Amino acid sequence: MDLFSNPFYQRALAAALLIGFANGFFSGFVVLRRNALSVSALSHTMLPGIAFGILLTGALTQASAFVGALFAALMVGLGSVAIARGNRVAQGTALAVIYTSAFAAGVAILPRLDTRQELEHWLFGDIMAVGDGDLQIAFWIGAFTLISANLLMRPLLLTLFEPNVAAAQGVPVRFMHYLQFTLLVLSLVSSLQAVGCVLSVGMLIAPAATVSLLTDRTSALFWGGGALGAVGAVGGVLLAAWMRLAPGPVIVMLLGVMFLAAWVFSPKYGVIALRKS
Amino acid sequence: MSDEHHDCCAHHAHHHELVIDALQVRYRNTLALEDVSFATSCGNRVALVGPNGAGKSTLLKAIAGLVPRSAGKILWRGSAVKRWSREFAYLPQREEVDWSFPITVRGLVEMGRYPQTGMFGRFTAKDDAAVDNALASLDLLDLQRRQIRELSGGQQQRTFLARALAQEAHVLLLDEPFTGLDRNASRQLGDLLERLANEGRLVVASHHDLASVPRLFDEALLLNTRPVGFGAAAEILGASNLDLAFGHITDAEDRAAPQPVTSDL
Repeated sequence: MDLFSNPFYQRALAAALLIGFANGFFSGFVVLRRNALSVSALSHTMLPGIAFGILLTGALTQASAFVGALFAALMVGLGSVAIARGNRVAQGTALAVIYTSAFAAGVAILPRLDTRQELEHWLFGDIMAVGDGDLQIAFWIGAFTLISANLLMRPLLLTLFEPNVAAAQGVPVRFMHYLQFTLLVLSLVSSLQAVGCVLSVGMLIAPAATVSLLTDRTSALFWGGGALGAVGAVGGVLLAAWMRLAPGPVIVMLLGVMFLAAWVFSPKYGVIALRKS
Repeated sequence: MSDEHHDCCAHHAHHHELVIDALQVRYRNTLALEDVSFATSCGNRVALVGPNGAGKSTLLKAIAGLVPRSAGKILWRGSAVKRWSREFAYLPQREEVDWSFPITVRGLVEMGRYPQTGMFGRFTAKDDAAVDNALASLDLLDLQRRQIRELSGGQQQRTFLARALAQEAHVLLLDEPFTGLDRNASRQLGDLLERLANEGRLVVASHHDLASVPRLFDEALLLNTRPVGFGAAAEILGASNLDLAFGHITDAEDRAAPQPVTSDL
């Protein structure tokens, strides 16, 4: 049991708990909004964002990477919302154009940097290397997400369900769209070091997707998603130590296995239940 | 729920008036609505009739405050409506709603209370009572625990009407409410709208089936970007007006220059 007295391991477990719960909670919005693919588009633009950050500041520090990723994700996310408001181009289409362009720019810059090795680490994360500063960032982002989403849950859900009816009732629909995008970007950034930008997509979709197969209750999507995300992340870290694998991939694989199990065995919507009826 | 909202017109000498005055809506360079004016009062059912692209949906959305108006005024009960009014409820076309959204009938009706609770307010006993009344009034109490995807077309329509009642809305703005309903559901909805109007609400709905307008509505606005005519439903749909709104359908004449229109107002 000397594993638990290891400060790296303690920090990794704490980070898994925080990020797992906050991202699992937010995955409820992703599932309800049916925009899982745009989340994955968004996460991929974090890489060129980091590259730009390094290019601008000259060094791969925590801060420059965060600023770069935040900048890229916000630019792509908010830009696509703004373009789609013109109604001419669907938001998914706009997002795809902007994110591939940004990704191309990142790829073009990559060879000019001599930190390629470390960039890989940002791509897939390393939860064992989480420092106290990372933990703090994860904590504050998680707290902000949970508090603002819960305070504004009603207008957020009204907007998600039917934006026109919501707007006719005086819901500030546009603000709710921007708020959701901001929360999404913050969640992605907070999980950056733990599981990397590519794998963080799994943590932002799988938990609520699993819960949605088990229940019809909207609130369960959020709290159940949070619980499942936390269980998956902590369980993934423990399992990874036992199997001597990298924790990031194990977390996401574990969440994927839980989703598959729900898909097969769910009493109401599972494959087996549907086959019987 | 207080009764004053419901019998507002049935027991009053002065009817609450909705006045649309020289309304104009412009999308970029296209004119969607121009110089639309009419006046009606609660207790009525008003049909918006016109060819595709005539601006029926746009007019509903403009009244609901969903699309900005570039000119004109909307007056409700004598005061100008700035962007939206909590006394107006908008009901979208059924195809525009994501019916697989995980929410119960009751949950959807509870959404109607947003104007009362606001962003942060708690749901009080008064809100619950309003939701109960709305569900009972539309005969949905037995279905309240159902997921909305498990409803028939007529039940879906009733659920959104219940949401509007829970909001204590006086003006119901419905986009093509009869589209896709079978004969029985259609008749039920017709009776329901009549009842809601008799209770003192104003029903404004876009409608594409000309033949059923006199049966389902009291008044009709014939629209083709500009208003072609407004009046009692049975009278306004005369052949000359219909020609003005829909045009003689020959390809040569299609998309001809706009004809001069004489408005009734």
